[in-house]
Amino acid sequence: MNSIILQIASKYVRWLLVIFSVIILLRGHNAPGGGFIGGLLAGLSLAYKGFAFTPELLKTEMKVKPESFMGLGLMLIFISVWPGVFIKSAFMEGIWFTIPFPFTEGYKFGTPFLFDIGVFFTVIGVTVLFLFSLSNNKSWK
Amino acid sequence: MLPMLNLVILYFLFALSIFILPKAIKSQKGILIAFLQMAAFVWFVFKVPLVSANNSELLFLKWIPELGLNFEFLLDGLSLAFALLVTGVGVLVFLYAHSYMKSYDNTAKFFFFLLLFSGAMLGLVLSANLIQLFIFWELTTVLSFFLISFFNEKELARKAAFQSLVITFLGGLSLLAGIIVIGSAVDSYSINDWVAGADKIKSSSSYVPGLILILIGVFTKSAQFPFHFWLPGAMQAPAPVSAYLHSATMVKAGVFLLARLSPALGGTDEWTFIVPLFGVITMLVGSYFAITQTDLKAILAYTTINALGVLVLLLGIDTNLSIKAAVLFLFIHAFYKASLFMIAGFIEKKTGTREINELGGLIKSFPITSAIALLALLSMAGLPPMLGFLGKELIYEAKVQSPGFGSMIFIFGFISNVLMFAVSMKVLFKVFLGKAKKTYTVSRFKNTFFVIGPAILVLISLVIGIAPNLFGKWIIEPATNVIYASPVNVELALWHGFNQVLLLSIATVVLGSMLSYILIKYNRVEVLWQKFNTTVFPVNLPELFTKTIESFVAFSVSKTKILQHGYHRYYILSIIVFTAVLLWVQLFVTKGWQFEIPFTFKPFYISGLVFIIMLATLFSVITRSRIAAILSMGVTGYGMALIFLYYSAVDLAITQILSETLIVVMFMLILQRLPTFTKLSSKATKIRDLIVSIIFGTAMTLVTLKAINVNLSSPISEFFMQNSFQKAFGENVVNVILVDFRALDTLGEATVLVIAAVGVSVLLFSKKSKS
Repeated sequence: MNSIILQIASKYVRWLLVIFSVIILLRGHNAPGGGFIGGLLAGLSLAYKGFAFTPELLKTEMKVKPESFMGLGLMLIFISVWPGVFIKSAFMEGIWFTIPFPFTEGYKFGTPFLFDIGVFFTVIGVTVLFLFSLSNNKSWK
Repeated sequence: MLPMLNLVILYFLFALSIFILPKAIKSQKGILIAFLQMAAFVWFVFKVPLVSANNSELLFLKWIPELGLNFEFLLDGLSLAFALLVTGVGVLVFLYAHSYMKSYDNTAKFFFFLLLFSGAMLGLVLSANLIQLFIFWELTTVLSFFLISFFNEKELARKAAFQSLVITFLGGLSLLAGIIVIGSAVDSYSINDWVAGADKIKSSSSYVPGLILILIGVFTKSAQFPFHFWLPGAMQAPAPVSAYLHSATMVKAGVFLLARLSPALGGTDEWTFIVPLFGVITMLVGSYFAITQTDLKAILAYTTINALGVLVLLLGIDTNLSIKAAVLFLFIHAFYKASLFMIAGFIEKKTGTREINELGGLIKSFPITSAIALLALLSMAGLPPMLGFLGKELIYEAKVQSPGFGSMIFIFGFISNVLMFAVSMKVLFKVFLGKAKKTYTVSRFKNTFFVIGPAILVLISLVIGIAPNLFGKWIIEPATNVIYASPVNVELALWHGFNQVLLLSIATVVLGSMLSYILIKYNRVEVLWQKFNTTVFPVNLPELFTKTIESFVAFSVSKTKILQHGYHRYYILSIIVFTAVLLWVQLFVTKGWQFEIPFTFKPFYISGLVFIIMLATLFSVITRSRIAAILSMGVTGYGMALIFLYYSAVDLAITQILSETLIVVMFMLILQRLPTFTKLSSKATKIRDLIVSIIFGTAMTLVTLKAINVNLSSPISEFFMQNSFQKAFGENVVNVILVDFRALDTLGEATVLVIAAVGVSVLLFSKKSKS
């Protein structure tokens, strides 16, 4: 698509979307949001650029491959299920602890949250990979 | 007693660390591993006094006790004998491999597999739980596959590896079934329980099927007839692998299992009939085909088959003499066969050939190696003063005194020994003595590691042959006691006195010498013999195997083609029709049409929304423009999201909106590449589709309506609501369900998602151009 408005807008909106997706991810445990939604949103932000310019441009400019996102995500997911085995002797049992943060009660962090981050990255990777696959020019001829 | 487990784990850890060794010591990894093996070997040597007092050590760790699965490591006479073999031969093999593999790439991979194999084999012989044993058993099978196919650029190597994998895997499956069948009789998979409940097992109806299933596993692993043919094929492996896996350790795993199970399953009529029968056939097949081979390694492979047959036969006869002979022969065979394989590899390296007709007079070029080979061959032929002589005498004694059809066994044993003697002499005179066809100049120092392994093995064999008593008391007797399950007195001596057995030995030597003389003197005899074999035994087992596999694959392809026709529309049609049928059956059974519709007024905008959704859906069906269809489906999706919002399911609504957006985006990407819109379906297919849709849609509607009426006593959602914050520290219940309560589901879903994405990407990125 060749729209200058869309292209310029994509520059800013994209990062807004990314920031928004991270906020959604972070607040997910207590308010609507979470890894899946956040991941979809972040994936969409990349898709936005792909649409404003071309998917090929996005592909060349992306320094991290979507496969790496998926790998990172799955790795985080599989890491997060293990602490429960060793600490509470139950697979996938959530382990929580509080990270002290000045002037507040501190930030609660736990393995389910790590799990959610893993979902986040996996979904980004999957979305972008779908996008790339479907926009691949060569395969349709 | 944790060291046993740690030792096995150490092997696996060490194997993994091979890839990250610093560069400086990377080229020395063979020696490094040899040190590890040495440490393990010494550890086991220190256990000898404990075991020779007929004690044993058991390590018991709970794994899944509900299923009878536990980690049980047992160190007794039998496992110690095998552990000494695995680690002791391991030291020498790794030293040898250090030199042998120098000229190849990917040695890290090779040592990784070989060391993993060592660990797996050690785990196998120490296992006292049969399921655990099975796991190690299969590990050795897989690793053998990788090691045989190490030179994977050769087609023969790949074929041989596949063949051995399939055969031993089939045997492994059968073994697992056998373990479960017999295990159900005593309700345990622990070998100690099996031995304790031996009478119960033998009298139960599952004994015979279980025994046969286990024996199939044993026979495939230990290359017994009719599964023996994978072993000569496996000679495609590098020489250290042949020396280690296919002579000293892995093929003995079957023999080990047979010995382990002997007190639990042995001694019955079935046992003393089936086991010796296959042992005798294998013994004869091995020695008979060994004599006409011309490839040095093939000769060794067939003589290994012979030896395995002898071991199985001896364990099957099941008298104290035969078991004593079996344990002794196990060591004898490992000593001479491992050294002969190493020497064969050495010869191949230095001369470039393994054909014995092209070799000759190697003693002039390699005097030390030839001397070692001479001693090893003497042991194989069963001549004094080597340990082999002692073994042969004992075996004769066992066969002569065996109950049942003993005399038959004894005649076959005599034939097999004559053949073995002839083979040994043939190799000795054709390869090492006689006229030199070429002289090879080799610098002496480079060969140290090549020679050190066989030299040590042969020396041990010589020393024990001359003074066998200590070895018999410390190693053979405890192992025999375990297998025979009652004390056996082992006293070995080289000189037995002048008796029937010695006469047999002399007759063997005389006949064998005559046979080998004919073979060496007249090459034509051998050629004629080979021709005779191919006409009399027309079935080539490896070829038969390949054909069977090929026809099996062809059969599955033809069946798969019917089910996997490749038409997407029919896949979807069959999925929907099948689901609809299932739903309707359930609806009829539960009388799904009987429900009350709770009628409540909703605000007008909800009703209006529903109306819009219906309109959009209808429009997407009848429109002739793709973009319109996609957009109107988008309207349906967003409409659903709004309804979710109305019922304050915020998470669901957001997800719905986002995925709907993504779907529209992706459709747009595809859209520009599709051909122009044409109507392809005929009227008949349209009517069919309409009928299917109505049936399926009605079923779904009924199910949904019925779901409102079903009142479960306590919906699980209440549990989630209550515990979400208290136990999982999250106020957003949906998210807590996803990442905590039902995290296993999410884990599976994430994995499936990734696999699907990779699949799509592979399908669409594939370079294959469609014509």
